Amino acid sequence: MHHPTLAGVRPEASFASTVANGRRCAMRRCGLIAGLGFLWAPILLLAGYAFSADRIPFQWGGLSLRWFGALAANDRLIEAAWLSLRVAAGAASLATLLGGLAGWALVRGGAFRGRAAFGALAGAPLVLPEVVTGLSLLLLFVALAGATGWPAERGATTVLLAHATLGTAYVAVVVQARLAGQAREMEEAAAALGAAPPIAFLTVTLPLMAPALVAGWLLAFTLSLDDVVVASFVSGPAGTTLPIYLFSRIRVGLTPEINALGVVILGVAGLALGAAAWALRPRRG
Amino acid sequence: MCRALILAPPLLWLALFVAAPLAILGAIALSEPAAGIPPFASPLAWDGGWPRWQGTLASLAALVEDPLYAEAALRALRVAAVTGALCLAIAYPMALCIARARPERRPLLLLLVLLPFWTGFLLRMSAWIGLLRDEGWINGVLQGLGLTQAPLPLLYSEAALMLGMVHSYLPFAVLPLFATLSRLDPALEEAAAALGARPAMAFWTVTLPLSLPGAAAGFLLAFIPAAGEFVIPELLGPPEAQLIGRVLWAEFFQNRDWPLAAALALALLAVLVLPILLFQRLEVRR
Repeated sequence: MHHPTLAGVRPEASFASTVANGRRCAMRRCGLIAGLGFLWAPILLLAGYAFSADRIPFQWGGLSLRWFGALAANDRLIEAAWLSLRVAAGAASLATLLGGLAGWALVRGGAFRGRAAFGALAGAPLVLPEVVTGLSLLLLFVALAGATGWPAERGATTVLLAHATLGTAYVAVVVQARLAGQAREMEEAAAALGAAPPIAFLTVTLPLMAPALVAGWLLAFTLSLDDVVVASFVSGPAGTTLPIYLFSRIRVGLTPEINALGVVILGVAGLALGAAAWALRPRRG
Repeated sequence: MCRALILAPPLLWLALFVAAPLAILGAIALSEPAAGIPPFASPLAWDGGWPRWQGTLASLAALVEDPLYAEAALRALRVAAVTGALCLAIAYPMALCIARARPERRPLLLLLVLLPFWTGFLLRMSAWIGLLRDEGWINGVLQGLGLTQAPLPLLYSEAALMLGMVHSYLPFAVLPLFATLSRLDPALEEAAAALGARPAMAFWTVTLPLSLPGAAAGFLLAFIPAAGEFVIPELLGPPEAQLIGRVLWAEFFQNRDWPLAAALALALLAVLVLPILLFQRLEVRR
């Protein structure tokens, strides 16, 4: 990257600028540390106070695991969490399939009529405010129920469909970015070597897309697990997801159980990340 | 043929679950509220096989007539703009530091920025409530140190609202800034230094202008969701802070006025289209 002439100039330009550079570097580092501190402080406090025995959250009453016990005994919360996990897994899988196809069509599909409109539709959920997405999808489900009788009842299924739609947009963006950064030559080479299009797709294109598909699935999964607004609009009495449950709970008042849940989620996320880092570790030989 | 098979599933899905809902939203905004389930009368009625218009512009007119809605929209835009600006101000040094860190350290630093995302949005909000409320952690520390006698009213204030917004959307601003800054050639700033620019000067005249597209993207990624935000103002903001997302929610869930909620959704879209189009023009010019 370094320009040869500049590399030559550097030694003279240098001592004062090295000192200044070092100072700027320290300033930037302070900025980063302060920013990370701001992001992490509430989370770490929440995790710490999960182990407090006091009934009032964020007040220290001695070390205790009682709130983890209370969490495990909270049937409504556990039920909502299972529902959320099932919905998120289903929505993310559907979104990965649809978003993968859409992303491929947008980058490698060549020119087709309506390509611009297709791209706009695929990107729209990214820029629509959640309240608009939620309301418009609910109105669709109501209109569909009026016209065809389906869905007779809103609940887990409608939430899954709504989250799959949101996730499709995110997966499509990730897949587009990945494919746009990859040269087309490999797929062309496969074709030139006699691979039929489906074979070339399965053996060359799909492995190229795989990291984006994994990242997209995870993104769609987390979005679904975290969504209150869209789910509140399109769900019904039978579809209380974990965020809907937590939102109604927090509106009434905090309980230390929520802190304990935070520790469980942090632990699961940490384990998942550790597993991912282990699976993706650099290998020798 | 093969391509049509690939294109068909996502196209049909997006047409049904993105395009159709927005069209229905427009239709409902023109309909008359009615008692019943669903609580509106379709704007088109069928009279012996012929469509008859029975819609109304009343809901759209109400948005203009009642100053409550314009105030809610303006307040939402202001809160979103401040959120975007604060996010940029905090994210810029973070992104710059990560971009200039040694390459093998970058993934870990980015992970530290993104990981709070995986802890759950509502859990982070509940942490802020626990910190900010009258008997909360911050007031406890302040009183413990003897700095204040009575608890400060921190929660349910504009400041708490902004704190929650910035905390939620900060990672969105860091990522595009990092993407832009990490692609900049460090030789450019070195060239400026070699030509006699002091570091601050080199930053203002070289790095900052080149990073503007990333800054614009980071601002918008925080601004757009913040403008329609419902949960954060509801949990942390003052009760009188009626942002447009909250008004829409109340019209829909409490007043069950679906046409008015749909009209508000259209208004929110109209308000957001402008900054997005401006950004796209900026991108095209680049």
